[in-house]
Amino acid sequence: MIGDIQIDAEGRRRHFLTTEGMPAETILGILDTAESFISVGEREIKKVPLLRGKTVVNLFFESSTRTRTTFEIAGKRLSADVININTSVSATQKGESLLDTVRNLEAMHIDLFVVRHPLSGAADLIARSVPEHVHVVNAGDGRHAHPTQGLLDMFTIRRYKGDFRQLKVAIVGDILHSRVARSQIHALTALGTREVRVIGPRPLLPTAVERLGVQAFTDFDEGLRGVDVIIMLRLQRERMCSALIPSAREYFDLYGLTPRRLRQAAPEAIVMHPGPMNRGIEIDSAVADGPQSVILPQVTNGIAVRMAILARLAGATQPEPKTP
Amino acid sequence: MSLRLKGGRLIDPASGRDEVADLLIRDGRIVPDSAPQATDRVIDVSGLVVCPGLIDLRARPREPGAEHKATLESETAAALAGGITMFCCPPDTDPPVDTPATAQWMTDRARALGGARVVPIGALTKGLGGTALADMAALKRVGCCGMSNGALPVRDSRVLRHALEYAAGLGITVFLQPQDPWLADGGVAHEGEVATRLGLAGIPVTAETVTLARDLLLIEQTGVRAHIMGLSAAQSLMLLKDAQARGVAVTADTAAHQLHLTDENIGFFDTNCHVRPPLRSARDRAALREAVRDGSLSVICSDHQPHEADAKQAAFSDSEPGISGLETLLALSLRLVHEGVLPLSHALHRLTAGPAAVLGLTGHGLAAGHVADICVLDPAAEWVPSAQTLKSQGLNTPFLGQTLRGRAILTVVGGEVRYTQRKLSGNAGA
Repeated sequence: MIGDIQIDAEGRRRHFLTTEGMPAETILGILDTAESFISVGEREIKKVPLLRGKTVVNLFFESSTRTRTTFEIAGKRLSADVININTSVSATQKGESLLDTVRNLEAMHIDLFVVRHPLSGAADLIARSVPEHVHVVNAGDGRHAHPTQGLLDMFTIRRYKGDFRQLKVAIVGDILHSRVARSQIHALTALGTREVRVIGPRPLLPTAVERLGVQAFTDFDEGLRGVDVIIMLRLQRERMCSALIPSAREYFDLYGLTPRRLRQAAPEAIVMHPGPMNRGIEIDSAVADGPQSVILPQVTNGIAVRMAILARLAGATQPEPKTP
Repeated sequence: MSLRLKGGRLIDPASGRDEVADLLIRDGRIVPDSAPQATDRVIDVSGLVVCPGLIDLRARPREPGAEHKATLESETAAALAGGITMFCCPPDTDPPVDTPATAQWMTDRARALGGARVVPIGALTKGLGGTALADMAALKRVGCCGMSNGALPVRDSRVLRHALEYAAGLGITVFLQPQDPWLADGGVAHEGEVATRLGLAGIPVTAETVTLARDLLLIEQTGVRAHIMGLSAAQSLMLLKDAQARGVAVTADTAAHQLHLTDENIGFFDTNCHVRPPLRSARDRAALREAVRDGSLSVICSDHQPHEADAKQAAFSDSEPGISGLETLLALSLRLVHEGVLPLSHALHRLTAGPAAVLGLTGHGLAAGHVADICVLDPAAEWVPSAQTLKSQGLNTPFLGQTLRGRAILTVVGGEVRYTQRKLSGNAGA
């Protein structure tokens, strides 16, 4: 049932809304395509014609630099026409509903929407309302999902660490409010990752998170022991001094990734962060800029992975593998 | 004016009567069918069940204040189609029912419409603000069946204590919906695996139990006659049963949808399953069913909250909570019978004698002398709620398009046939 609307009657992928329920073959297929796009970014003429003549709208109801920019670059490298629409100048401020905004854009014959919205389920709502030939990519909906980020993180992990079945991965920080964590968890479990851990203070760990197939830790050192991949999450400023945690200082003390803490992990462990980082709050600069950090390659990889996803929806026609 | 309902199975949960017999109505009341007597009209109801009209303790017709969602006209007609002859209306309208004029207006308007009877529940505090007591005696005088703060909890325990004391002194029943405003703040779904998966802010069970525990202790202390509205969690039932065992004068209900749906039904952001209190776990649902069976929940209500389509065409947390339920109340209660949870007469009790007892109505039932508010139903009739079949202005129900079993066929209010679902044979005189 979950993810049904993402696949059309011929078994082709129409939308990209969540990593939940996505088969390993689909994920790996996208990662393989992304590998082939890496070279496009390294050429002198950074363009392939896969989406020539297609119009892509980046519809962002929430601010973003990294995600919006990499989507824009991804679309342009595929030769699509890319238009950015941000809420600050959008019609929703004038009382127009989300669906009305989308319908007006549809009337302009848009082929693909990349949507970010502060509410969980917004991308799903849009995907249900658009005509058959229009595609929707979720670029983050509330706390629910950020599937392209999830896949670019899988891409990065695979590049550095190889086989997921051998890996222990820890996701650290504000899991409760994190769409990135949810998309990573679903992708990691689908890929058969040996162990997926979430680490954070109890108020920031969602109820029944273990049911997603992860182990929960409140002790950072214990959770870090022997892990191959550490994914640090951003702590939103409004949470730093709230009923959820007492202060940024105490948070860094308990959950900040320092060089000393990093030694708890496996010797060759990589450190990731979806950005934007709060240096000195969730991560020490010595780690963020250190030899084990792959934070900047994550951004570079984001373009190739997003190209692969856009091409899969609007360019390619191969059917999806059947869900087992 | 007289009417004979001929050959139906009479079930009167209040008296335990269950037999095939005629029911005779004269001048709006039930009369003994002793000596042979002529009637103006005979309706053959053989093969059908004849029971007292359903009483729904909580339905929001949205008037006054939100007529774009529904009106007294549309919803009193919907109630009749659901076999409901009377429903109670929480005071959280716009304006709220905190003055006798508003209460009077509502009852007058409903009476003029000639649908189901509408009984307002008056406001417990002025403007439902939770700080100053409303004019309860005046509200009672114009026909309010009790006082409530609706879905807005009284945060200040001292104010609630005095409100309960005041009501107790006047013999007024108080209706309370337990929800801690802080624990529930921002939440849109049961705090559990589904909310975690979908990234929806959760409403923990403690949002209900923490306030329920307070309310029960204050009810006990003040001795007020109280009814708890809309329980959703297994732990709440432990608190309720404990209080009832101590002899606290408290009854409680749950909404019919809570007995069938769980948070799993939200699926992939189905806004028709956005409801407050939220749909909870299968364990909670099982406990609610058990409590309906053992009678600690003596009432099933619709918790009817009709919405316009736009209210549900939104991201889950932006959509408005509530299910349109007047017309599915009967079928969903009968589904418990079909599923072997409890016998038919007990299910009908939770829809008739149970709520009548909460309202202190002594003249509701099939005994001679009682007001002839009657529901004739076919427990086996299959039907599908849809835009075509529903009379409510609100089509916001997760049961839309599903085949339900059990339907009101004939609804009689005050001896007058006000609704017929299908043509029944009979004649104009005998």
